[in-house]
Amino acid sequence: MGFDIRLPIGYLFTIFGAMLVLFGLFTANADMYQRSLGINIDLWWGGILLIFGLLMTFAARKAQSRNRTAQSERRPPSK
Amino acid sequence: MNHTQELQWIDYLVMIIYFGFVLGIGFVLKRFMRTSSEFLTAGRSIPAWVAGLAFLSANLGAQEVIGMAASGAKYGIATSHFYWLGAIPAMVFVGIFMMPFYYGSKAHSVPVYLLLRFDKKTRSLNAMTFAVMTVMSSGISMYAMALLIQTLHIFDAPFQMLGLPNSWVFHVSIIVSAVIVLGYIVLGGLTSAIYNEVLQFFLIVAGFAPLVFLGLRNVGGWSGLKEKLPSSFVHAWSGMGSPHNNPLGVEWFSLVMGLGFVLSFGYWCTDFLVVQRAMAADSMSAARRTPLIAAVPKMLFPFLVILPGLIALALTQPAHSAGSGESSAPKSAEVANVHESLIAPQVNVETGQVVKDKEGNPVLDYNTVIPQMLLHYFPSGMLGLGLTALLASFMSGMAGNVTAFNTVCTYDIYRAYIRKEASDEHYFRVAHFMTVFGVVLSVGAAYFAAAFNNIMDILQLVFAFVNAPLFATFLLGMFWKRTTGHGAFFGLLSGITAAALHQGLTIPEGSVPGIKGGWIAVVNTYSSEMAQNFWTAIFAWTTCFIVTIVISLATKPRPDNELKGLVYSLTEREHEASLAWYQRPVLLGVVVLCLTLVLNIIFF
Repeated sequence: MGFDIRLPIGYLFTIFGAMLVLFGLFTANADMYQRSLGINIDLWWGGILLIFGLLMTFAARKAQSRNRTAQSERRPPSK
Repeated sequence: MNHTQELQWIDYLVMIIYFGFVLGIGFVLKRFMRTSSEFLTAGRSIPAWVAGLAFLSANLGAQEVIGMAASGAKYGIATSHFYWLGAIPAMVFVGIFMMPFYYGSKAHSVPVYLLLRFDKKTRSLNAMTFAVMTVMSSGISMYAMALLIQTLHIFDAPFQMLGLPNSWVFHVSIIVSAVIVLGYIVLGGLTSAIYNEVLQFFLIVAGFAPLVFLGLRNVGGWSGLKEKLPSSFVHAWSGMGSPHNNPLGVEWFSLVMGLGFVLSFGYWCTDFLVVQRAMAADSMSAARRTPLIAAVPKMLFPFLVILPGLIALALTQPAHSAGSGESSAPKSAEVANVHESLIAPQVNVETGQVVKDKEGNPVLDYNTVIPQMLLHYFPSGMLGLGLTALLASFMSGMAGNVTAFNTVCTYDIYRAYIRKEASDEHYFRVAHFMTVFGVVLSVGAAYFAAAFNNIMDILQLVFAFVNAPLFATFLLGMFWKRTTGHGAFFGLLSGITAAALHQGLTIPEGSVPGIKGGWIAVVNTYSSEMAQNFWTAIFAWTTCFIVTIVISLATKPRPDNELKGLVYSLTEREHEASLAWYQRPVLLGVVVLCLTLVLNIIFF
């Protein structure tokens, strides 16, 4: 029903991933990363979330275009 | 609290974006909502994997996340029994054996199934208690969240900036969460709740996985954790021979029968809150696969929610010399040498004083383990994500309850007793009204819980009694066609009575008679409250099982043709041969059980 849930998941994680990566880059070497054992967790984990978000968006888009072609192929003969 | 850190703009931004998405999903779905069944049952159109993740998330409310980490710190890896023993087998059972009747009977809700299979009174008993219970648990979820936010002082800064008193944090938390949950359910109904549960599932993994990674790295991996903790905390089964050799204080029989059979099957197989997700699936085979798909992440969740508790304990405790914890588990209070602690002492919200026990040691607040870990390990940015994941889990706990409540109230109470024949448009409006009503009642329940903690404890106890015998009724109803409505109804009542009597006649070690038991007389003393709970459930189930059989045999059965599709022996089996191997419920179920067995062996 409605729409493909992968789309909002993809968008949300792409946005979160990009935000964290950028924030991580701009705050690299900040004191606060001592908390995460010296690892720039914003940058690294942000990168992983970004990839996940893009994959989800891609999968949803692909399914969408597949549906559309399937529908347009089905429609002409029925009319 | 030493590691309270200020949230930065990015943390707030993450939260705001998330809540924007949550409401956005509701807005987009609104135009698909035209009938009451689209609104309340998602029009039976949800793909299996989406229903599966929602099935998992609906139960993954905050009490679960917060509570499991707390139990991890209190009881160690044995807490995973609540997953591997207390969930997976039941999830496999409901998928393979029970879903054909729930889904196949075309019932809108679990109480409707009881109506079709038995009679009106059995259905009403179930519907009424369920409705009250869902409102209460969503209220408690709300209250717990507001209390946690207040205790952690994470949102104090913006309130100070606006010149508002700190006590408003509590009220604003309740109102804002209620408005958001109400918003996305009124807009998009069950579909909206399910979609948001899936979103929340990914968010929780995204927020907690790096926490576990950092925590494990800090303690030196699993082997480091093993060195720092007594051995009973890192083995799930090895101390189960006697209740005195393991931190749970139970022995294997009551664990397997009480938790693994009665309580677990009673919840996962009969609770409409979770079953509703599977009933929304787009086909019978998808409905049957729903709990099986959910079982796979479920068996891995202990690593996400219990490990943080163990890590916090390992880092809080002074290094433990290996082997010293061999014979008896340290009781939680002994671990209270709070030095640079990840497990904060309990603080009285009103006075700001640390709560002390009888010996003057600070009482540890295990419920703040997860948020304390978030504040300890996460820099700004990730902190926002982690806190958002936590808030999301609170809200989905509420949303799950509200979507189950509005369905039961509309179909099982309103349509059954108030207006039997009306247009779907009418029920569609009623469903919206019931949603608002449910949220308003939840807010009321939240404040009730805040004001009368004791009454809330008593109510929860009563509901534990009500739930304990349920699975016996369903089991007999689905697999023994001779079971009658009178048998089911009076079986349930006597099971509930048996639970209350057992609880009233026994007491856990070291408690005074009262809410913990023994309010009639003390006949038996259990080694722990958990053991008492498990035995209460076993007694209730057995009583219900026997009484249902006896009364059924004495009353007139329904003719076979009325029970087609409702009872195992009178229902055609679905042919699995046409499905791909990964779509066959039985095969999936076997795979899930084998994987669970492997996990149990690894952490034996």
